[in-house]
Amino acid sequence: MTTMTIAKAINEGLRATLNNNPRTLLMGEDIGPLGGVYRVTDGLIGEFGADRVVDTPLAESGIIGTAIGLALSGYLPVCEIQFDGFVFPGFNQITTQLAKMHARSNGNLTVPVVIRIPYGGGIGSIEHHSESPEALFAHTAGLRIITPSNPHDAYWMIQQAVDCQDPVIVFEPKRRYWLKGDVDTESPGASADPFTAHVLREGTDATVVAYGPLVPVALAAAGAAAEDGHSVEVIDLRSISPIDFDTVTESVKKTGRLVVAHEAPTFGGIGGEIAARVSERAFLSLEAPVIRVGGFHMPYPVAKVEEDYLPDIDRILEALDRALAY
Amino acid sequence: MGATHLPATEFDGTGVDDQLEAEAEAALGEPPTRMVQLLGHDGTLGEDPVFSAYANRLDAEKLRGFYADMAAIRRFDQEATALQRQGQLALWVPLTGQEAAQIGSGRASQPQDYIFPTYREHGVALTRNVDLAELLRQFRGVSNGGWNPKDTNFHLYTLVLAAQTPHAVGYAMGIQRDQKLAAANATPGQPQEPKAAVMVYFGDGASSEGDVHESMVFASSYNAPVVFFCQNNHWAISVPSTVQTRVPLADRAKGYGFPGIRVDGNDVIAVHAVTEWALERAREGKSPVLIEAFTYRVGAHTTADDPTKYRGSDEEAQWRAKDPLERLEKYLRAEGMADDAFFAKVKADGDELAAYVRKTTHDLETPDIRTAFANTYAEAHPLVAEELAWFEEYSAGFADEASTDEADTDGAANR
Repeated sequence: MTTMTIAKAINEGLRATLNNNPRTLLMGEDIGPLGGVYRVTDGLIGEFGADRVVDTPLAESGIIGTAIGLALSGYLPVCEIQFDGFVFPGFNQITTQLAKMHARSNGNLTVPVVIRIPYGGGIGSIEHHSESPEALFAHTAGLRIITPSNPHDAYWMIQQAVDCQDPVIVFEPKRRYWLKGDVDTESPGASADPFTAHVLREGTDATVVAYGPLVPVALAAAGAAAEDGHSVEVIDLRSISPIDFDTVTESVKKTGRLVVAHEAPTFGGIGGEIAARVSERAFLSLEAPVIRVGGFHMPYPVAKVEEDYLPDIDRILEALDRALAY
Repeated sequence: MGATHLPATEFDGTGVDDQLEAEAEAALGEPPTRMVQLLGHDGTLGEDPVFSAYANRLDAEKLRGFYADMAAIRRFDQEATALQRQGQLALWVPLTGQEAAQIGSGRASQPQDYIFPTYREHGVALTRNVDLAELLRQFRGVSNGGWNPKDTNFHLYTLVLAAQTPHAVGYAMGIQRDQKLAAANATPGQPQEPKAAVMVYFGDGASSEGDVHESMVFASSYNAPVVFFCQNNHWAISVPSTVQTRVPLADRAKGYGFPGIRVDGNDVIAVHAVTEWALERAREGKSPVLIEAFTYRVGAHTTADDPTKYRGSDEEAQWRAKDPLERLEKYLRAEGMADDAFFAKVKADGDELAAYVRKTTHDLETPDIRTAFANTYAEAHPLVAEELAWFEEYSAGFADEASTDEADTDGAANR
């Protein structure tokens, strides 16, 4: 067990997968000598060379498209997109090609491409550097989407993504890159299956589901609610596609109330999907409507007002109050 | 006629770049003229300082094969068009006019090469030994592919324009790494795997897509063993190629730092020669190459459009006079390489192929939607499993009245 940041954990996870599988290679802008804009690939080009840590031309569609070709020829590419808002030039390749290649080949071809996307706000950056576009990809069949919230998951999830035969997008919560935590590099333990949700805190009065950057916020909100005498269960979703509805439903059957929190705009988001599924699966267990906490229906606002946009402890507590009032 | 504008050496020779540049400049604002051509419209074979050497590799049997392939694919095209008109196919993408570009380039590839086609490469598919009836699965709506690309190294048709071009470069980067690994692990005296390259097809319309640009940048950056084969058939549905480009498309290669070459796309011998040259060059790791096959789509873009609404019949007539089959037939007859019996046999084989395609199309089985559930992901997926389970239960409800009643009761209980 060692302590490291999420950024370091992904770096170590990438190092492990490059060591373990000679067909793994990294691709992206500035991931070589610079080590990526967040230094997640720091030092890897020196260890593995330019054929395996590929500094690419500045072209997102080219990165994803060539990664598809490399995967078709038997390689395991891990692409880095520098920021969430810059994935869209590659959106066509991801949704029309990567997601569908296995299906349209009647199962004959697999394209095990991994795409790493630092996402979310809270870093005081300028436009296109703070978005949460996960729902746009989750809506596309053929893709898998995971998001770690702690270093241990980060270390294992990147390796599990490479091992998966399906394309996997790893949304990395960039404002948590410097969050430290224990990593067991010997065994994933409960994180062995990346597509499962984890109950991080047990409770009996209400459930809060969060993922990625909002997990620490949800835990803090549950702590604050406890001071007011409310027992709140917190679930780290970990996988956005597929979603582990069993874990969520089981929790709601116990607590009767559900709040879903994410940074992405509420409308058309993952929270709506969870609310709908839970109402189908556990309608009679619900004591209150499922309440969503998320971003507003606007382009991600300028950094000086992002604190008003991002769900925080108080917004989650307000939602819990509404749920508990029923 | 002939390759009077052709450089006398390969493109890495000094001075050639200057010549290309001068020609590109000269081409601005006037019709492009530079073109590799060996077989003239009248069926006589010209000389070329570089490519005659490649043409000389072709014996009578191979040339007869080219003719038979072109005739077969044209006959297939006619049959598929008829099947669409009869309602047996949802859509067809005809290739008539482009037989030489496709057969000439496809026959230049080796089995170890990997081909990324557009949706019109029926002739290339033939050269890769893809069962032509398999091509019709997509157009009949029973599959989005229909063949296993691994069997023939002929990838699936891609409907999103130019999306396959970066795939090709990535695949070529994979080949490059394979070759490095093989060289590092080679033991002296052991026979080596033949070197491979990738060839990717796209049209003049697709050349405007950003993916073509990005793939050429990547290909150049990593010197990937890839040949870009652009069939300039002059029309992107109803928009002429002049709207896509103001310079010969082949000239764009220079901007990326590798050779671009324009070839008479209706001259199967020239196309074959130029493609062999390009593929050999790519396999040797010298550089990517862009080939622009200057040809013409004689029919509609697909069976859904009507060319009379956007172009004149005089233009079509002009190109019909450059017909790739007639041109080779004249040459074969003049040289005594083929006689009436040969051409009669080709025609009979075409009719046989057409009958086979007609019958096979009718017999193509509609898949069970369960195969779509099975193929969405490579690994087990709970949402797919859940929806499949629902579908099974729902479908079972239609099996007989009794089970329908049962399902309703279950539903009521859940409520």
